[in-house]
Amino acid sequence: MITKEDVEHIGWLARIDISEQETVEYMEKLNSVLGYFGQLDELQTEDVAPTYHVAEIYNVFRDDMVKDCLPQEVVLANTEHKQDGTFRVPKIG
Amino acid sequence: MVYENPEGIRIGLEIHIQLNKLKTKMFCGCSTDYHNAAPNTHTCPVCLGLPGALPVLNKKAVEAAIKVGLALEGEIAEETQFHRKNYFYPDLPKGFQITQYDFPIVSKGKVVIEGEDGEHTVGITRAHMEEDPGKLVHIGSIGKSKGVLIDYNRSGMPLIETVTEPDMRSPKEARRFLDKFRNILEYLDVFDGNLEGAMRVDANVSVHWGTRVEVKNISSHKGVERALLYEIMRQKNVIRRGGKVSQETRHFDEGRGVTLSMRTKEEAEDYRYFREPDLMPMRVTDWISAIKETLPELPDAKRARFMEQYGITDMHARSLTSKIMLADFYEGVSAKGADPKFAATWTADVFLGELNYRDLAISSYDGERIGFIHAKDPRIKNSFKVSDMVELINLFAEGKISDRAAVEVIRTMLDTTEEKTPSRIIEEKGLFKAEDDLVTKAVAEAIAENEAAVQDYLGGTEKSLNFLVGQVMKKTKGTADAKTARELIVKELKG
Ligand SMILES: [Zn+2]
Repeated sequence: MITKEDVEHIGWLARIDISEQETVEYMEKLNSVLGYFGQLDELQTEDVAPTYHVAEIYNVFRDDMVKDCLPQEVVLANTEHKQDGTFRVPKIG
Repeated sequence: MVYENPEGIRIGLEIHIQLNKLKTKMFCGCSTDYHNAAPNTHTCPVCLGLPGALPVLNKKAVEAAIKVGLALEGEIAEETQFHRKNYFYPDLPKGFQITQYDFPIVSKGKVVIEGEDGEHTVGITRAHMEEDPGKLVHIGSIGKSKGVLIDYNRSGMPLIETVTEPDMRSPKEARRFLDKFRNILEYLDVFDGNLEGAMRVDANVSVHWGTRVEVKNISSHKGVERALLYEIMRQKNVIRRGGKVSQETRHFDEGRGVTLSMRTKEEAEDYRYFREPDLMPMRVTDWISAIKETLPELPDAKRARFMEQYGITDMHARSLTSKIMLADFYEGVSAKGADPKFAATWTADVFLGELNYRDLAISSYDGERIGFIHAKDPRIKNSFKVSDMVELINLFAEGKISDRAAVEVIRTMLDTTEEKTPSRIIEEKGLFKAEDDLVTKAVAEAIAENEAAVQDYLGGTEKSLNFLVGQVMKKTKGTADAKTARELIVKELKG
């Protein structure tokens, strides 16, 4: 069961603010999702290997060959917060 | 002798190394050669984490990881894959790091080190592949930071994280482990330890078999010993005062040499690992036998061969094989006609000693010369030719120069980048051994000019003989052999 505290913690991890009312709402929704997985749990899957990818594809690689990078001004084009070729962000923590 | 580990110290390490010998990053074609580049010039949509960009794994990175696994005598997983490790920090543009979780490519290896009581085995729990985050620079000091500047050139660099068992019993063993580990990686040619940020270490340490404390942010293999010495002392003090060591993560402040508590709300289970859906799993065990064939002779095997083939001591062989480039240089010198035993002494004792004294780190060997750079200032570089070492050793072996003169030639060559052969330096500095008649003349003069010392010596004051020998050395500018001078004086005075 997911508690109100769990929802608050998950909200904190995702860095989103959740109101008191939303906390209750999300708790109920998340528990309903878990309840659905609970139903799946009733199936006997002991002899079934887990499926992680629906496509049976392995070993997708590329060769170690250098490609062109983006020019610095393109990299920084989407931000106003820049300084000496770097992204400038507020201090952390 | 068995080391009792009286203080119940257990140390485990987590070591991140950059596969900086690869040409491109882990999941994109951006060049890994960013160290002297302007910020954000070695990036693309993949390593900037732009929406819709798809990572594709560098095949050479997987081969390198297998090489490392085999060299650590580990097991290579039948099937292995990547996970996303989710957390928010500005050095991580996607909001997650691509890493490996419960199916690492390497598990259960070991490294044998020179421990407190002889050979000691350190278990390797696992080694896995992951991507490096970008680099942050704080504006102002960390405490009063006004903001953070981000350079993503490092973002997506291929890393291997290796986790050891808590098998090390002293800070010294931890340092020796790292030296050996780094040495093995350089033998494998997957890693250049001289590049900035090439190796980063976290340690966990406990005393009296007690609670484990993590120490993060150790940036050099030399810093490890200092960080651990401090942390062990701190934990012992806590216990001595009747306190309890609490399980926590601490941060090593390299400048002050102390560890500081970092409070963090995010615990391991909060990373919400899940499988990376953009990368397919790998089955690469059929590569193993081919990669095994490309493995070079590793340090322990090379050491044994050196002792056998060149008849040198264990200590010399150990020292010479502690760096692949030094080992190759030594073999070059021996192959070009220098006596292997003399070559061992001159390379391992004198040459390496003079390099360490100058803080010079060996950085290259091309078959003709060994190169080195200053550990703190990479602008200071120099090199030393195999042929020069051969010439010097042969001059010494033939008795044409004294050992003191040979040392002086090495020092001179290290202190200048001018191209001069040893013979030229010896000539310019007048270091060829004095001819015997010159020494004889100097002995006669020394005796004639120092009547008092002669009388003292004849009267039984042994010290006075040293004084007379000193006079001879002075007159011959140090080119006389001190032992010969002494014998000549004694012969002259006592017959
Ligand atoms: Zn890139």
